Amino acid sequence: MKIALTTSGENLEAPLDRRFGRAARFLLYDLKNRTFELIDNAQNLNAAQGAGIQAAETIVRAGADAVVSGHCGPKAFRVLQAAGVAIYNCEAATIAEALELLKDGKLQPAAAADVEGHW
Amino acid sequence: MKLAIASGKGGTGKTTFSVNLARVFGAPVQLLDCDVEEPNAHLFLNGTNLHTETVSIPVPEVDEARCDGCGECGRFCQYKAIVAIKTAPLIFPELCHGCGGCAKVCPRHAIREINHPIGVIETSERGQITLIQGRLDIGIAMAPPLIRAVKKRLRSGMPAILDAPPGTSCPVIATLRDVDYALLVTEPTPFGLHDLKLAVEMIRELGIPFGVGVNRYGVGDERVHEFCAAENIPVLLELPDDRRIAEAYSRGELIVDALPEYRASFLNLLKKIGFFENHPSR
Repeated sequence: MKIALTTSGENLEAPLDRRFGRAARFLLYDLKNRTFELIDNAQNLNAAQGAGIQAAETIVRAGADAVVSGHCGPKAFRVLQAAGVAIYNCEAATIAEALELLKDGKLQPAAAADVEGHW
Repeated sequence: MKLAIASGKGGTGKTTFSVNLARVFGAPVQLLDCDVEEPNAHLFLNGTNLHTETVSIPVPEVDEARCDGCGECGRFCQYKAIVAIKTAPLIFPELCHGCGGCAKVCPRHAIREINHPIGVIETSERGQITLIQGRLDIGIAMAPPLIRAVKKRLRSGMPAILDAPPGTSCPVIATLRDVDYALLVTEPTPFGLHDLKLAVEMIRELGIPFGVGVNRYGVGDERVHEFCAAENIPVLLELPDDRRIAEAYSRGELIVDALPEYRASFLNLLKKIGFFENHPSR
């Protein structure tokens, strides 16, 4: 199972970015092998619109089964849901903390977008 | 002649200039309210409604039975209005610019276009003025297609004044394309000057002849005038910071009706830019 986490950093100690569509990059963590890869999202940082949709498409194509981020807007949510990717909203400070919460079963999959677009 | 009234900064007096210029013209004239996100020229005209029509843009609809999820449509769309990953495409009509490209690139002809309403065009009349205004539906962010639809209602052979939206972005460009002259309305304040400079850069890029109208002259400072002098930009009208103008405005009255001493200033502006040419009767 692969988890996409939003971040501005490049390792497990990096902060968890509260934004999904406009996060600098995604850290795609493989729960089974305990390895990760980084997926760039820079093209979306300055997109006028559609950033969430594009970001969702990027991580679905990268093979993510779940997303852990601060918030998720309605368009990104629709794309992720259609692709069968679970969404976890998380307030953890770092990637490592977010992964711990997820592994301990302390995060619940979101049933709907938790913010408006362009929040 | 098509005259556009634009500005960088909002709230400088575009509509005030537009409605009063239309009123003093004294012959049949079309007034286009292209500020479709919040049209307000009608507040000062209170004309008789002639007709209302709905404007739509074409958005894709997918026949899921034909779609094999190849994703060509999503790769083509630069606005991410259609996305196909694994499954049949998801469509976001609010992001669609209506170009029709997705339907053309679909190898299985699974996409057809349906009409997605974005707003209305309302036409009204008061005296010699025909007001054509666009009104974008609530929640719609796509102003340019409605602005272009408003401009299509222009009758050639009759002069027109176009009240533009504020700023320098796509809706303003959609309004300004193909006009013969642009009047940039500003106020003599640091904000006014800052945004005037942006508007001047934009209008020079478009290659449209232009001049400046200064509203509420007397507040602020002289820097707008200094800038215009240094850049060889004509200042065509200075409307003073006159409390009586604000009072008339607050009652929804036209300045040239409530305060006839200002008629000459507006008429002069129209003469200076050649708005009366092609109208030998005057």
